Amino acid sequence: MAEPSPARPLVRLLAWVDERFPLSETFEYHASKYHAPKNFNFWYYFGVLALVILVMQLLTGLWLTMSYVPSGEGAFASVEYIMRDVEYGDIIRLAHSTGASAFFAVIYLHMFRALAYGSYRKPRELLWLIGMAIFLVMMAEGFFGYLLPWGNMSYWAGQVIVSLVGAVPFVGEELMTWVRGDFGISDITLNRFFALHVVALPIALIGLVFVHIVALHHVGSNNPDGVEIKANKDDNGIPLDSIPFHPYYTVHDFQATVAFLIVFCAILFFVPEMFGYFLEKPNFEQADPLKTPDLIVPVWYYTPFYSMLRATTFPLFGVAAKFWGLVVMGAAVMMPAVLPWLDRSPVKSIRYKGLISKFMLALLVVSFFILGYLGTIHATPLTTGIAQIGTLIYFAYFILMPWYTRIEKTKTPPERLT
Amino acid sequence: MTRVALLGAGVACVLAWGAGGAESSVELEPMEPNLRDLPSLQRGMTLYVNYCLGCHSLKFQRYERTADDLGIPHDVALANLVFPGRARAEGRDGPAIGDLMHTAMPPERAQQWFGKPPPDLTMVDRVRGTAWVYNMLKNFYVDPKRDFGFNNRVYENIGMPHVLVGLQGVPRLKETGLKAVDILDGKDGLLRKRDGGEFVTSVTASDEVGGEDPVIRGKRYVLEVDPGTAAMSPEEFDQAAYDIANFLHYVGDPGRLDRQRLGLWVLGFLVGLFVLATLLNREYWKDVH
Repeated sequence: MAEPSPARPLVRLLAWVDERFPLSETFEYHASKYHAPKNFNFWYYFGVLALVILVMQLLTGLWLTMSYVPSGEGAFASVEYIMRDVEYGDIIRLAHSTGASAFFAVIYLHMFRALAYGSYRKPRELLWLIGMAIFLVMMAEGFFGYLLPWGNMSYWAGQVIVSLVGAVPFVGEELMTWVRGDFGISDITLNRFFALHVVALPIALIGLVFVHIVALHHVGSNNPDGVEIKANKDDNGIPLDSIPFHPYYTVHDFQATVAFLIVFCAILFFVPEMFGYFLEKPNFEQADPLKTPDLIVPVWYYTPFYSMLRATTFPLFGVAAKFWGLVVMGAAVMMPAVLPWLDRSPVKSIRYKGLISKFMLALLVVSFFILGYLGTIHATPLTTGIAQIGTLIYFAYFILMPWYTRIEKTKTPPERLT
Repeated sequence: MTRVALLGAGVACVLAWGAGGAESSVELEPMEPNLRDLPSLQRGMTLYVNYCLGCHSLKFQRYERTADDLGIPHDVALANLVFPGRARAEGRDGPAIGDLMHTAMPPERAQQWFGKPPPDLTMVDRVRGTAWVYNMLKNFYVDPKRDFGFNNRVYENIGMPHVLVGLQGVPRLKETGLKAVDILDGKDGLLRKRDGGEFVTSVTASDEVGGEDPVIRGKRYVLEVDPGTAAMSPEEFDQAAYDIANFLHYVGDPGRLDRQRLGLWVLGFLVGLFVLATLLNREYWKDVH
């Protein structure tokens, strides 16, 4: 100890900080001493990927805001200005638009993981509800953001979705005017959507993601076997089947992040329009209240729910079908929130659940894809019929769950992780 | 929702009618743009600024970037390709290389002359596709019923003259016979089915009601150019149409090639990083059982 080592000043700095702020403690609690199950598989990458995308969206969004002009006159032109005249502006913009699609793709996979392995079950109900709130905020965030380029599809999709509010009985018309701030989608609407998109909802999103992670690290991660690793601990109170998140899962997640970025950049640099699914053709034309696109559809990540909206064609109790469509769509989005109280199975993971659960989950996925596809095309009597069946299947997965999870024969999960 | 959309569509149709222009479903001749063909893009730009820019602005695109991307020196561009655009309206002496590619036509006058100002074409390629632009340029024909004397097989009742008529010559429709073209479907109304990509107009009579679907016969036409009216051979004109469409493809998204070049480096870096990340991961996970 005669000579001070080069790290010495840093160690002293850390000690100085730790006396005043729980830096080492926080790092240990959330990373180096956060004990995660050792058997995470492919499906466990999507949480961290969602976080990566959130950061990317915040950064690209920040830079877009520097050049974007939120006005009916200037919005479309400013997006083209970003695409042509701003240094690397096209890459920033396309990263943001591709990021929106990637965000939803990753979140849907993240939610599927939770469905398959019962991650919403006790003690993770609150974690799941926070996640559902994040999903809801994301949907709003995506919708408001979609209006901002002020393309013709932005305008008309906004028109269609906002007009749904008008279907609310008695107060619909007034409510719709209140939401838009005008008698049609206008400059005023654009400005308030901009404010919500760049200030209110991102703050909500960051806050919710923070508490999502706090809740996760409090209850601990579930795993593909759906058995609690905290049931078997060593003498130091560390779960036997666990490994510290850092370094094991940090290096693991780093690898997954790079793999994700390869796919992401391949799309961003070579097919940013994704054949009209990420950027739609009519949106290359400025918003025009007098020129309706042939087919008004939302971006792909809303289409399963949009299909269910369109599939609701029956008026009920003297209220227009459109209102019930809104109800069905809202219910479909929020339905997963009650899962913790619908699932009566003695086991969590699909690995040990019975045949009916497996079958229903498969049906749910298939119907979600079919509904998603139908939402991108013109509705005909045939497709509406199919969408109605798809809607029933979607809801059946949830509503029948208390019944089929109780009657089916389950396998006994292992005591320890496999 | 549907009602709003329908109402809007109805209004849009009426207005489009006023300005001239309804869509046709004639089959498009395929056309592949080539952004690496600089001579084609340069010829396309030359044709565009000389024949199209008088009415159709490219108001989001700058001369400077276009010249740089197409390998045209600024002095050559300024001398030959840069038009005043808004310079005079903005009180400047003359155009600058950094100008947006505006048209010099005052919008109020354009309104009077054409019923509505000719649309900006910066994004026409992304909205309609390169093949559409190429085919539209090649499918004007003489139609005395139209205000400007020409109609278009790709863009029916188009509200503009055939600007390239001096290059192409005077194109006329020549009747080549009758053909079953449209099939009426009992449920959805008229299904437009065109035979073999050939253009058919003036559907005349419903003369066959066989089975459930009545067949309508229409006249079949080909385009023929009046001899001695063309400055270009048909091949040269095809190339000119190709060059303009190719140029508009570039203008629709000028960053494409730059992004692809950069994208290869980015992907190369990421693949290398992935190999390292995989090795790092393997090293750590060796001791997990």
